[in-house]
Amino acid sequence: MHKIWVITRKEWAEVFKNRFVLFTIAFLPLMLTALPLGVLYAAGSGGEAGLSSTDMPPQFAQICQGLSGEECGEYYLVSTFLILYMLMPLAIPVTIAAYSIVGEKATRTLEPVLAAPISTLQLLVGKALAASLPAILVTWFGFGVFAVGVRLISVSPGVSAKLLDPVWLVAVFIVGPLLALAAVSVAVMVSSRVNDPRVAEQVSMLVILPLLGLFFGQIAGLIYINQRLILLMAGVLVVADALLLTLATQLFERETILTRWK
Amino acid sequence: MLKTDRLTKRFGDKLAVDGLTLEVESGEVFGFLGPNGAGKTTTIRMLAALIGPSEGSAWISGLKLGDHDDAIRSRVGVLTESPGLYDRLGVARNLEFFAALYDVQDIPGQVEKYLRMLGLWEKRDDPAGTLSKGMRQKLAIARALLHEPEVLFLDEPTSALDPEAARLVREFLTTLKQEGRTIFLCTHNLDEADRLCDRIAIFNTRLLALDTPTALRRKLYGRTVVFHLAGSDGRFAETLEPFDFVHSVQTMDNKLVVTLEAPETQNPILVRALVQAGAEVQFVGEVRRTLEDVYLQLVERGEAGSDSGKTSR
Repeated sequence: MHKIWVITRKEWAEVFKNRFVLFTIAFLPLMLTALPLGVLYAAGSGGEAGLSSTDMPPQFAQICQGLSGEECGEYYLVSTFLILYMLMPLAIPVTIAAYSIVGEKATRTLEPVLAAPISTLQLLVGKALAASLPAILVTWFGFGVFAVGVRLISVSPGVSAKLLDPVWLVAVFIVGPLLALAAVSVAVMVSSRVNDPRVAEQVSMLVILPLLGLFFGQIAGLIYINQRLILLMAGVLVVADALLLTLATQLFERETILTRWK
Repeated sequence: MLKTDRLTKRFGDKLAVDGLTLEVESGEVFGFLGPNGAGKTTTIRMLAALIGPSEGSAWISGLKLGDHDDAIRSRVGVLTESPGLYDRLGVARNLEFFAALYDVQDIPGQVEKYLRMLGLWEKRDDPAGTLSKGMRQKLAIARALLHEPEVLFLDEPTSALDPEAARLVREFLTTLKQEGRTIFLCTHNLDEADRLCDRIAIFNTRLLALDTPTALRRKLYGRTVVFHLAGSDGRFAETLEPFDFVHSVQTMDNKLVVTLEAPETQNPILVRALVQAGAEVQFVGEVRRTLEDVYLQLVERGEAGSDSGKTSR
C-alpha cells in the first residue's frame, strides 16, 4: 500500500504541475453542473418544469411515485442530468490514465521505475488511483453543488428529496467511482499495449461509450435508472474492476515495453 | 558479488547475448565494452532483473536471477541509457520519489547527502528539466545510489555529454571507485574504461576477452620496445630475430621495433647483441598500446570467447 501511495503522489505532483490538466479536470464537472442548473432555472422561471407527463417516456411515471405530473416532469429532467455524474468520473481521468504508461515510456522515465523493487500491480494501482481519485472527488463536489442548486432552483421540494434518494446516492458515490476505476483500468491497459500516447488516448476514450448509451437510452425511454439497475451495475462493476485490474497486470509486459517500444 | 553462467538472451530469432560467463568481485570496477548493438544494455537489463534471460543463470549478491528478482532490484542501482528524470519535478523531489520506492529509511538525509556530494544542493528546488546535461546525468547517478546498492550498473554514463560534463561525471565515478563500490560500467569511452576499470570485458554478443587493461594489451600485442640507433642499417634486425623470446622485429628508419615478453630482463640481452653487432644504441623505450587498439583489434577479429571467465587478476 505504501508504494501504491508513493506512485500516486508522484503522479499528482507531476500531473498537477501542468495547469492545463488541472483546468481540464475542473472544467467538465463545472460545466456539467452549471448547464443543468441553468436549464432547470430556465424551466422553473417559466412557471413550470417545462415537461408535462405526455413529454416523458410512459414507463418513467412508475418511478415518480408520490410526485405530481409536473413534479415528475421536473424529476425526469433532473435524473437525466444525474447520469452525467456517473459519466464524469469515467470521462475525466481517461486521458490522464491513457498517458500514464506510454507517456512515461516516451519521456524515458519508465525504465528507472521498473528497475525499482515495485510490483506491476502496485505500479498500475498507483497510477489508476492517481487518475481516478481527483475525478471522483471533483464529481462529488459537483454533485454537492448540483444538489444545493436544485434545492434552491427547484419548484418542488418533492423533487429535491428525490435527488437524495438512496438510488442516486449509490449511483454517484459507489457506481461512479467503480465506473471510474473500470475506465482507468482499461485506459492503463491500453497505455501499456500501444506505443503512441495519441493512440492510447483515442482508444481509451471508447470506454465512455457504454455509459453514453445509458444516457441516451434514458432520454429515448429505453432504459430507466432505478434501484434494481443501479444495484446490478454496482455488483457487475465490482467484479469487472477486479477482472480488469488483474487483466491489466497480466497484459503489462515489462520486457516488451522496455525492449520493443521506440 | 556478481556471477553469470552461460547467460543468453534471444529476441525471437535474434541472439542478443550469447552464453555470457563472468564474475565480478566486490569492490571491483568492471568495464563492459562493445560496439552499438552488442547486447550491453540487454545484459545490464538482465542483471538488474528488468528482463528475464532466455537461457543460463546469474547471481547477484548470492541471489539467483528469476527466483529473487524483487530482492535483486532492491540491491542494485541502475543508471539507464537516458537519465529518465521527471522534468517538471524538483531535483530533490525526483530523488525523494525513488528513495521511497526503494524503502530508504532516512529519505531527507540520503537526498541531502547525495545532492551535496554532487554539488546540486543549491538547486534542490529547481525543476530537473532546467539542469544542464551533465547535472542531469549526475542526478541520475545519485538516484541509482540513494539506497546504497551493492552493485551499481552504469549504462554509458558519459555518452552524449560534452567534454566538460563528461569530466564532471568521470570525477564522480572516480570518487565512487575510491569508496570501494562495485560498479559494472558499460562505456564507449575507452580512455575512461582504461582509467577507471580494474578489469574489462570486450563483448560483441558474446564475450571476446576479459582481463585487466594491461593484461589485455599484453595478451594481444605482447610488449613493444623501440631501439633508437645512430644510423639506419637493416642487418641489425637480423641480429635480433634469432632470439626465441623476440616475437617480431620491424625496421623503421633508424629504429628497431621489437615485440617481446619481458623487456626488463630481455632488453639488456638485446642491447648487448646490437652493440656486439656494431650498432650504436642511443636509447630504448617501450611503446604503450592504447586500449582502443586492443578493442578495435578484438571486435574486428570477432575472436572466439576462448578467454571467457579467465583472468590474470
